[in-house]
Amino acid sequence: MSHVAVLKGGRSLERQVSLRSGARVEDALHRLGHDVTGVDVRGDLVRQLRELEPDVAFIALHGRDGEDGTIQELLEVLGIPYTGSGPSACARCWDKVLAKHLMCDGGIPTPDFYAFSETAFRELGAAEALPAIEERLAFPIVVKPARGGSALGIKFASSATQVPGALVAAFSYDRKVLLEKHVAGHDLAVSIVDGEALPVVEAVPNDEDFYDFEARYEIGRTTFLCPADLSDADTARAQQLALEAWSLFGCRGFARVDLMRHSETGELSVLEVNAVPGLTDTSLLPQAADEAGIGFDELVARLVQLALPSVTA
Amino acid sequence: MRDLMALTAQPHVISLAGGLPDVSAFPAELLAKVTAEMAAEAHVRTLQYGPTEGIDDVRAAIVEVMAAENIRHLEVDDILVTTGGQQAIDLVCRTLVDPGDVVIAEAPTYPGAVPCFGSFEADVVQISMDADGMRIDELEATLERLKGEGKRPKFIYTVPTFHNPGGVTMSLPRRKRLVEVAREHELLVVEDNPYGLLRYEGDPLPTLYELDGGEFVIYLGTFSKILAAGLRVGWAVAPGPVFQKLNIGKQAADLCSSSLSQMFVSYYFRTGLWRQQLEVYKELYRRRRDVMLDALAEFFGPEAEWTHPQGGLFLWATLPDYIDTSDLLVRALDEDVAFVPGRGAYLDGRGGSSMRLNFSGVSEDDIREGVRRISKVVHEQIALYGTLTGVPAPARPTPSVDPETVSTEPMADVVELPRRDPDDGRARGSQ
Repeated sequence: MSHVAVLKGGRSLERQVSLRSGARVEDALHRLGHDVTGVDVRGDLVRQLRELEPDVAFIALHGRDGEDGTIQELLEVLGIPYTGSGPSACARCWDKVLAKHLMCDGGIPTPDFYAFSETAFRELGAAEALPAIEERLAFPIVVKPARGGSALGIKFASSATQVPGALVAAFSYDRKVLLEKHVAGHDLAVSIVDGEALPVVEAVPNDEDFYDFEARYEIGRTTFLCPADLSDADTARAQQLALEAWSLFGCRGFARVDLMRHSETGELSVLEVNAVPGLTDTSLLPQAADEAGIGFDELVARLVQLALPSVTA
Repeated sequence: MRDLMALTAQPHVISLAGGLPDVSAFPAELLAKVTAEMAAEAHVRTLQYGPTEGIDDVRAAIVEVMAAENIRHLEVDDILVTTGGQQAIDLVCRTLVDPGDVVIAEAPTYPGAVPCFGSFEADVVQISMDADGMRIDELEATLERLKGEGKRPKFIYTVPTFHNPGGVTMSLPRRKRLVEVAREHELLVVEDNPYGLLRYEGDPLPTLYELDGGEFVIYLGTFSKILAAGLRVGWAVAPGPVFQKLNIGKQAADLCSSSLSQMFVSYYFRTGLWRQQLEVYKELYRRRRDVMLDALAEFFGPEAEWTHPQGGLFLWATLPDYIDTSDLLVRALDEDVAFVPGRGAYLDGRGGSSMRLNFSGVSEDDIREGVRRISKVVHEQIALYGTLTGVPAPARPTPSVDPETVSTEPMADVVELPRRDPDDGRARGSQ
């Protein structure tokens, strides 16, 4: 049995979700007989980890620091094995603009988009390009901060007058934003553990038009279908695309790939890859694992095993 | 949202988001002295269960506080002691509300009442406010509309004096009319009055309870703001039949409020110092309010408007419609400052461009610095919007929200107020 440090909390906007993921992981690790230390990530993280000298770190940190490669980089420096992807894969997944460029270049379908920094608007007159962008993407347009998780700061603009407000909102979260063509259709997620795609989950919001931050984490506001109501061919295609994205980004351990299936054309496209997917009781990856016959404890055990040097070496 | 609010509580953040009274202004020596006397003289009563309706000594203290609010005919038996004012709201809902029942509240309403209404599955109808408090004309129209739909509200919930979060006070004519409307419709009014004695300017107005004589008005009070919030001692005064039901509800909820807290209050009142301590709080908060109003006048631009509270702990600021204060808070947290986004005070998604600012729980320097930091991010967003639309700093721009969510009542999502007078340093509200 190993000494596992569960890294959770932190200063990100997804702190509460992270604490819930972390607590659930800690419970599972206890049941598995590991020696567990929960670490709420603060300014003294490095000192704490040096004192604890864990065999492995379980990263249950969502959002900034946990998902952008920062914590992973620190753990590399400290020589502590950790769950999930390494710094470079995290960085590729975390920045949606970078991720979408990589997918375009790598031949993975992703909705059309344009990305701008705040300085482009402030100093280069990018606002004058907005009508052309709006024409090419066509309304409704989704406006997203480049970095950030859990749908925070994501707004829909259904007409030109709504675009500036949506941009102002998105720029509250990041200095870089993207305007993306909206795909009307089914919201799908393919979870991957150790290079193997799990059953597809479909998230159906109960009454909201949009799958927002609150709805994603509150029981009763979203219905999850697992397996998703898809043909075998669509299921296979979604899983194949997810695995392509996983390989392209160089992911390790586990990840969740979010896709859309166009309701009319049936076309599948990849929205983003989450390097540290949620592990709460309403999260999608544990549901998919469960459907595949992998209980939560077994899932956690595998993720720890994958992180340990003997397996990853 | 809850994640954001958790981040506001970090020690390096200047939080204008809290609602905390500054209990550090209560002398530690006095706490020690009162506690010692209580322990020496009444240790058994202090440690034992008490009656559900409250210990008589503390009820007598409450009668004294109510007299200070000019409600003079009360007796000890009229008072139900509760575990903070919050429990009184919960008990009222528990007693009166069945799922689907209509409850009328102000827009915005006290954010802490929202979960109470929600947990009893009330259908909350919100009535907009202006500088004179709840708009009674809109209330009457709403009552007529509801009547047409065969709906009869269970009660009207209001914070008429130094509203939280609105920072406004209901005018005397509206108070009188509200009481009349309640009588005409035989409707209960819940007057939540935690801040009434914290008046920093202007003359006191009669409470709804005083105007009505206690026939249709349920009065809720608390020691949280005039003594100490940590005691969790509040109270309710209600018409006879309602009082009995509240009492039964309280018995089910927690048998009785803390005897320790109640005995502390009664021993504290024996010292005769409560009015003096109230003056200490008032002086402290009045200065802090002035610092906040001065800072707002100095740092916030003409695009913002805010209320001018004559008392209480909060003011309500409203920004141009294209700024969403929930998103703005994320940017503000990067500057280590926090406020409460307005949406929490509505049940229908309104309030997105407003924020509640608290001036009681933070030092004068921090208030000024906090307002400066918020204004910095506000100006950034206004400038950015100007760049995006090609209209620099629009005075009142076109809303950029989904047309389906836009209220049909144009001013219902803000506390409508006169704009800042450039000759005066401060915003002028309900004077």
